[in-house]
Amino acid sequence: MEQLKGRIIYKGKAEGEALVTSMPISFYGGVDPNTGVVLEKGHELQGQSIKGKILVFPQGKGSTVGSYTLYRMKKNQTAPAAMINKETETIVAVGAIISEIPFVDKIDITKIKTGDKVKVEDDTISLL
Amino acid sequence: MELTKQEQAMLDGKEGYAVRKSMEILVALGEIFGAKSLIDVGSVQVAGVSYHNLGDAGLEFLDSLAADGKVKVLTTLNPAGMDLENWQQLGISPEFAEKQNLVIDAFQRMGILVSCTCTPYLIGNLPLYGEHVAWSESSAVTFANSVLGARTNREGGPSALAAAFVGKTPNYGLHLDENRVPDVHVQVNTELSKLSDWGALGYAVGKKAENKIPYITGIKTADLDSLKSFCASVVTYGAKPLFYVKGVTPGAEAQKQPAQTVTIESADIKNAYDNINDQVSDIDFVCVGCPHCSIKEIQQIADLIKGKKVARGTELWVATSRTAKQLSDKRGYTAIIEEAGGKFACDTCMAVAPLKGRFKALATTSAKGCFYSRQNLMKTKMGSMKECVDAAVTGKWNN
Repeated sequence: MEQLKGRIIYKGKAEGEALVTSMPISFYGGVDPNTGVVLEKGHELQGQSIKGKILVFPQGKGSTVGSYTLYRMKKNQTAPAAMINKETETIVAVGAIISEIPFVDKIDITKIKTGDKVKVEDDTISLL
Repeated sequence: MELTKQEQAMLDGKEGYAVRKSMEILVALGEIFGAKSLIDVGSVQVAGVSYHNLGDAGLEFLDSLAADGKVKVLTTLNPAGMDLENWQQLGISPEFAEKQNLVIDAFQRMGILVSCTCTPYLIGNLPLYGEHVAWSESSAVTFANSVLGARTNREGGPSALAAAFVGKTPNYGLHLDENRVPDVHVQVNTELSKLSDWGALGYAVGKKAENKIPYITGIKTADLDSLKSFCASVVTYGAKPLFYVKGVTPGAEAQKQPAQTVTIESADIKNAYDNINDQVSDIDFVCVGCPHCSIKEIQQIADLIKGKKVARGTELWVATSRTAKQLSDKRGYTAIIEEAGGKFACDTCMAVAPLKGRFKALATTSAKGCFYSRQNLMKTKMGSMKECVDAAVTGKWNN
């Protein structure tokens, strides 16, 4: 079982299927908070749902309102189970904290593939 | 990051939920960006006010903070999704108004001044040179850093609120001298004759100094309104929220002119207009005040529209703070503009009001206003105050 260690942005445990993209995600405008489906035109994940997934992406982008979008998704039960970033920025970090979504960054995200079973436990990512 | 005993107690929840959540946000941001400590802030400007952007979940989050949170420093508020008094006349639905009022009520309970303007520096939130603040709203952040010489990062709504509940912000980024050094020299070789030229200049500089701090030379004179417009544009189109203008803004003399030079010629200004302006001649929406109109700009609109009438099928909105409108009321400008058929849109603006699908083509003085109105599916025209008032009166853009 391979393990990766990162930096905790929001502490917690989660287990699920990885959904991986090499493209940054804009939560405000780029993801439908009611369904969890990625809307952004031309995005690798366009049309796919991030609900309940271990969402793996390099970092966030776009409007700072994106933090509130993550909070809306958590309340709507369409949020990812956990998030993993290469190197995070303010929007997603703040979104994870206010929504209490386990979140780790400083991870080599090329090691994780879509469909992998992944466990997040504080700063440790286990590929099951 | 090192915390004092008192800060650790706040993080441990000794001052309740709002302060604990706030400390979690500030500490996480501090760790991400390598801050060594928190520093006191003199004031806060909170964005993320429009119900259009917040939705029910955002409202719920604000409610949860308002339950036990009180701001510790002077805190002002960005525009809301509607005029808080005159929303019906601006075509806002009662359902939206009810939700927007709940958002405003939550901010009220936190002890925030519900100023609802993007120009806090015009209504009493005026940081001094070198003062640390925690502001959101990119145009105001840029104004505070560049025109006032205060120090703030570009906060988001929640991180600004967090700073307000704690009275501090992590000490990183634009709070530190070493990150305020300009990295590109922008030489302006063209004259700027009207307000919208400053928006066009912001577009050109933003593109040429993407994610950089420009050090601008060749500007002979500027005033409050031109710099306010430039701040909004330069950060919208790509630069960092800090610039220097030699001979105009404070702190420019203390910085060295960067070796790398780019120039702005009249062709760059024309190119900015060409990119911002769409091919359209029928105008059904004229909106001035992005950033919010100063009292001087309101006077200009009143002088230009006196005795005329806004065309049928076209709306003219003057977006401003309630404070500026009160001065306008006393001076008689409001009566002149309303008699001509214009409307005041206080507390709100074209970037955050729910306008999608309501109008086809916008005329404005603002480059930033054009950027956000495209998201609302409008064609855009940018020009001088006179061109905008003419468009309101004729319903046409006169190319």
